[in-house]
Amino acid sequence: MIRASVLFVGSLAAILMSFVALSVFPAVQLMEIEPTEGRIDYNFAESQGRQVYMREGCIYCHTQQVRPDGFGNDIGRGWGTRGSEPGDYVFDFPHLLGTMRTGPDLADIGQRQPSRDWHLSHFYNPRSVSEGSLMPSYPYLFEIKSEAEVLASDVVVNVPEAFAPDEGVIVAKEDVLNLYAYLMTLKQDPTN
Amino acid sequence: MSTTAAASVEEKKMRPPEGWREEVDASVRWPVIAFIASGTFWLIVGSVLALLASFKFNHPEWLVEQASLTFGRVRPAHLQTMIFGWVSMTGFGVLTWLWARLLKTKMRFGWLQLVSVAVWNVAMVIGTIALLAGFSRSIEWVEFPLFVYIIIIGAIAIAALPLFEMLRRRRVHHLYVSIWYIGAALLWGPFLLITFSLPIYEGVAHATANWWFAHNILGLWITPVGLAAAYYFIPKVIGRPIYSYHLSILGFWTLALFYNWAGLHHLVGGPAPQWGVTISIVFSVMMVIPVVVVALNHHMTAFGSLKAVLRSPTLRFIVFGAMSYTAVSLQGSFMSFRFWQEITHFTHHTVGHAHLGVYAFATMVLFGSIYYIMPRLTQWEWRSSRLINLHFWTTALGIGMYVVALTIGGILQGMTLLDTSATFMEAQFITEPWLYARSIGGTLMTVGHLIFGYLLYSIILKKGPELEGPVYFAPVLRSGASSSSAS
Ligand code: HEC
Repeated sequence: MIRASVLFVGSLAAILMSFVALSVFPAVQLMEIEPTEGRIDYNFAESQGRQVYMREGCIYCHTQQVRPDGFGNDIGRGWGTRGSEPGDYVFDFPHLLGTMRTGPDLADIGQRQPSRDWHLSHFYNPRSVSEGSLMPSYPYLFEIKSEAEVLASDVVVNVPEAFAPDEGVIVAKEDVLNLYAYLMTLKQDPTN
Repeated sequence: MSTTAAASVEEKKMRPPEGWREEVDASVRWPVIAFIASGTFWLIVGSVLALLASFKFNHPEWLVEQASLTFGRVRPAHLQTMIFGWVSMTGFGVLTWLWARLLKTKMRFGWLQLVSVAVWNVAMVIGTIALLAGFSRSIEWVEFPLFVYIIIIGAIAIAALPLFEMLRRRRVHHLYVSIWYIGAALLWGPFLLITFSLPIYEGVAHATANWWFAHNILGLWITPVGLAAAYYFIPKVIGRPIYSYHLSILGFWTLALFYNWAGLHHLVGGPAPQWGVTISIVFSVMMVIPVVVVALNHHMTAFGSLKAVLRSPTLRFIVFGAMSYTAVSLQGSFMSFRFWQEITHFTHHTVGHAHLGVYAFATMVLFGSIYYIMPRLTQWEWRSSRLINLHFWTTALGIGMYVVALTIGGILQGMTLLDTSATFMEAQFITEPWLYARSIGGTLMTVGHLIFGYLLYSIILKKGPELEGPVYFAPVLRSGASSSSAS
């Protein structure tokens, strides 16, 4: 090839086509989409919790998309009752669909595991409720207080003896409570 | 036929003066060294982050007290420092050198590139600290805060200005295939970064844009530079022209037309519009054409010169890289099929595939290029062929282990997840030995990077003994191939 202009115009045209077709067009197509029934925008605590989810990189081990019946075994695992749909995500930016399942899919975790005690103990140390888990502990989302310091408004976390600190009690910080609130929005068909 | 005659007349008119190589090399010396050295710094930072992430998989209780060292923060910091620090900055140094050599013209306004390196490094420092401090955007491949990418786009633009000037003042008539790839990448890279930064995506559409972008950063920003280098160095070091000119044209345009449609195969079976996924699968399969074409061109050129491949550090790394390119691309086409994705999607298999591309292909090609470029820029030889050899074997074996472990571990993980009678935890347990093997592979690679860093430091500061000729792995018996390295 001799002309730089041919190269320039050709390469630009090539990428413009796929940009319009695969990036812009889906954005336009999905603009009109209605939220799935019952799905509402996040409240303040929930969107703060979503920030924690982003900040701590939960996305690198968890997806939030259920595969449809007949493709994979998600529904068989109890990860949801139907394949995820665009309407499930209308309030999401950034998207947190994820690409990795070192841990289970979380699209329906609010339905599957609503217990706050379970989640807080799990975040403090996943192995306290799930033996052999590879999920990291998040001790910095909690405080250790002496009994005397605990306020009435504090959320005290109960973990099995083996995982408890030698002294004092575990108190959940606001971040982890927000994270829990966010996880509880992850439900297929929230009206149920 | 008359056009070729006219072309050769043109070619004569434009012929550069004697000694142009020294002149051209001298003009790009400091910008290229600055890009390569900065990239290598980020390679080492990225390796430390990678090891942290990998060992955390083996010991989930390791270093959990510090928020900044949690897995979910070091993992994106690793990816971003490797892609936008190591591969992109070093790649820019290599492409600048190739550009100058192939256009046979001096770089003017080289200080612009030095400004670019400084700005780019500042962006990388801010971005990396931001991730560790908890300001991730949690968008895979684009985790840095948005303004960091705006700075990086600016840095690329500044660094590209002198390159455009050189294109205007080129002293060749014909543009070699490496120039096409580099020129196109300079257009595609910023185009991708700018279009993905537009605030027009939400929900599922954000995911489609995300994977259109991320797949293309690999295919249209990193891959072209790797191919450009392979297209230059393989014939250069062997001392034989590229196998087929027509194949190189075909390879380039098919890549330009097909690759950018392939990204949405990452969203198979999910909530994204499946027509887009289907298009992407079709184009992923069509990618076989440019890949086979490029493979033929590279491997047919190297074919029969096994001695040169064994002897020359540059060739050994680059041929390893070119072979990995063929492997990773064919694997990629296969991986896009739905029946296979049903197993491998969402598993470590994909992570192994990504490293086959960015490491076994792109990174190894960059290493090889640097072994050729640096002595010509510094007028100094590499201090030790032993250390280069060690660098090759630690990285080659390391990445080999890495890819094999995750490829197998990922398939087992995927099959267990599909198995209705297996618990989720069984799918996790089955990956654990493979994740250990990955950590060992990663450690080997990091050792290689430290050796490479030391060699680079030595050659830039002209440490070590003054050597007579170029460093080879074995004594040179024939003079055929060495003529090219003297240039
Ligand atoms: C290194 C990978 C990894 C990271 C990072 C990670 N997890 Fe997990 N997660 C796992 C694994 C493995 C399991 C399954 C074992 C268990 O229950 O702990 C799991 C389980 C869970 C479960 C229970 C799912 C169920 O079906 O019972 C929840 C909820 C969860 N993780 C939330 C999170 C959140 C929120 C974050 C980010 C703060 C996070 N995880 C980060 C690996 C990870």
